[in-house]
Amino acid sequence: MRRVVLIVSCAVLLVSAARAQAQEASPPPPVAPAAPSPSPEPTPPPPEPAAPAQAGPAASKVFNPDMAVIGNFTGAAGKNEVNPRPSLNLEEAEASFQAIVDPYARADFFLTFSNEEVGVEEGFITFTSLPSGFLLKAGKLKADFGKVNTLHSHILPWVDRPLVMTNLLGGDEGIADAGLSLSRLFPNPVLFLEATGEVYRGEVGDVFTAPRRQDVLLVGHLRAYRDLGESTNVEVGGSVARGGSAAGPGAHNLLYGADATLRWRPLRRAIYHRLLLRSELMWSRRESGAAEVAGTGFVPGQTLRAFGLYASGEYQFARRWFAGARYDTSERANEPDQRDRGGSFLLTYWPSEFSQIRAQARRTTYAEGSTANELLFQFLFSIGAHGAHPF
Amino acid sequence: MKTSTLALAAGLFALSGAVTPAAAALKVITTTEDLAALTREVAGDRVSVESLARGYQDPHFVEAKPSFIIKLNSASLLIAVGKELEIGWLPPLVTQSRNSKIQVGAEGYLDASLTARILEIPTGQITRAMGDVHPLGNPHYWLDPRNGRLIAKAIQNKLSALQPADAPTFAANYAAFDQKLAAAEKRWDATLGPYKGTKIVTYHRSWPNFCDRFGLDVMGYVEPRPGIPPSPSHTLDLIRDMKAQGVKLILIEPYFDAKTPNSIARETGGQVLVMTPSVGGVKEATDYIALFDYDVKLLADALKQVTGH
Repeated sequence: MRRVVLIVSCAVLLVSAARAQAQEASPPPPVAPAAPSPSPEPTPPPPEPAAPAQAGPAASKVFNPDMAVIGNFTGAAGKNEVNPRPSLNLEEAEASFQAIVDPYARADFFLTFSNEEVGVEEGFITFTSLPSGFLLKAGKLKADFGKVNTLHSHILPWVDRPLVMTNLLGGDEGIADAGLSLSRLFPNPVLFLEATGEVYRGEVGDVFTAPRRQDVLLVGHLRAYRDLGESTNVEVGGSVARGGSAAGPGAHNLLYGADATLRWRPLRRAIYHRLLLRSELMWSRRESGAAEVAGTGFVPGQTLRAFGLYASGEYQFARRWFAGARYDTSERANEPDQRDRGGSFLLTYWPSEFSQIRAQARRTTYAEGSTANELLFQFLFSIGAHGAHPF
Repeated sequence: MKTSTLALAAGLFALSGAVTPAAAALKVITTTEDLAALTREVAGDRVSVESLARGYQDPHFVEAKPSFIIKLNSASLLIAVGKELEIGWLPPLVTQSRNSKIQVGAEGYLDASLTARILEIPTGQITRAMGDVHPLGNPHYWLDPRNGRLIAKAIQNKLSALQPADAPTFAANYAAFDQKLAAAEKRWDATLGPYKGTKIVTYHRSWPNFCDRFGLDVMGYVEPRPGIPPSPSHTLDLIRDMKAQGVKLILIEPYFDAKTPNSIARETGGQVLVMTPSVGGVKEATDYIALFDYDVKLLADALKQVTGH
């Protein structure tokens, strides 16, 4: 039944998109060219001719996408017996290619180069001209589950990712997969309300698996935002994800998330001060399959429920300086009785808009009983097109 | 779970059929208050106009708030300053607006810079070693009243194409604004005429069009490079040059910290003047002409003090 709804939904969408395009492709109603104003008017001083657009060889580059490369170099000092990071590491080089495809869509590619592999972090088309206020993305996407899962690592206010992401969302990559994302605004006078529904293939690390085609991963997200004055705003969201479980055919794993963000940025001093407080809570429910365990014998399948959260704050106290802190706690999805805890303090320096240097003092107490005190640092640097600042 | 997914899908698609409200007056959204003010001059009460950024805000660093998406969602026309001024925040808003009318290149998107006179278009190799340089030229071009006239004309043409029934009104409004502006320019020329050629320093490269129009000579900047905050060595060099050339006036925008300019002024015996680059930057700057009235008066008073005539 669900599958049918899905297929029908997609079909409806495609048809309506095609219709919209067909409408726009048909000859537009004749719009009279702006008639020269009949009234006599003092002619303004003739402007200097604008620099002529570069013709010739450069003209062929006009349609090249906006390109940028962001380097993410990290280091770690101190002892961590459970989840050690390399002492020095070019964690990621992310290349982005972004352009408008045609009058109906734009495309964004983010390719990541790490030590051993090249990957497509995201690569999708966004249809910006659908009827009835829909926005459709298709391709490989970071699932719209909560906040931290959707953020590229160079946008995070930390060097690392919170424990809850490592423990419940399958690691630093999080939930990213091939799929379709459809979202819509619900304009109303009270708040910004956006609902997103997504379908993914369903192969996501150890979180979801899709041995059969029908084991797709479904993600739903509801986001509400409101301005509390011109400097302060608040945003809350709720997310749910449901996909196939490794426990066996027909078994499902589930994730629920809740997030809240408070931002403050005084308009008159926007480049000097800002504050961002954010917390995310996540609940994981996984089915474990029945298994033969050596020595114990047959262990029946069971439902594993785990919970985790982080709470984080970042304050910009000067034009180039940010201070931050984060608290982490999370059970492990496959061993819910094991809980890791952590805390971090951060200091970030921006030489310019295009580079930043960050230090993070992190203390993690792992369920095994070992405690790791580490100093992480990071150099982030970007070349190429000027990207938009994240919100 | 199955039912909730179904309900979500059903809800989404049920609403997809919801009709969009019939178009009343044309809804115009501008990125800055200057463009909104010029639109009001041309449109009068025939369209509704709203700006995303406030006049006392640095237009390079506006946050892409979701509340702006709602405004863009129902807009019929988006007017932007262009020349990459809004590159840090406008593109994602336009993408998420779900409004095909205002996408870049569509009928309801107007880049106000296309017909304006643009200064400081870099030649030769451009690198970020030059700071946050604008490769298409200086985007603060609205601060020349001649450009204000050209922007108003572009807005008149666009509004007339989108709302042909009111084209005669827009043409008449433009003509009235043009005359009002010409009279005001005479006034400003008379006020600032005696100070032609005076050397000044500005914080950011926000004023080339203004200084070009009124004959002021910008000899240096508080920022060592565009977008790079003041450094001690650059500040010392600037103080030395200002003393050598007898420069006494530092123009700054309201959204910059006045600490460094103040200490430069103390060292050089000069004066810091906070001018507003945009309509709405101070409460007196209620429209495009009032913006210049305010700045010109402030500037003339300060120049009188520092030049002694």
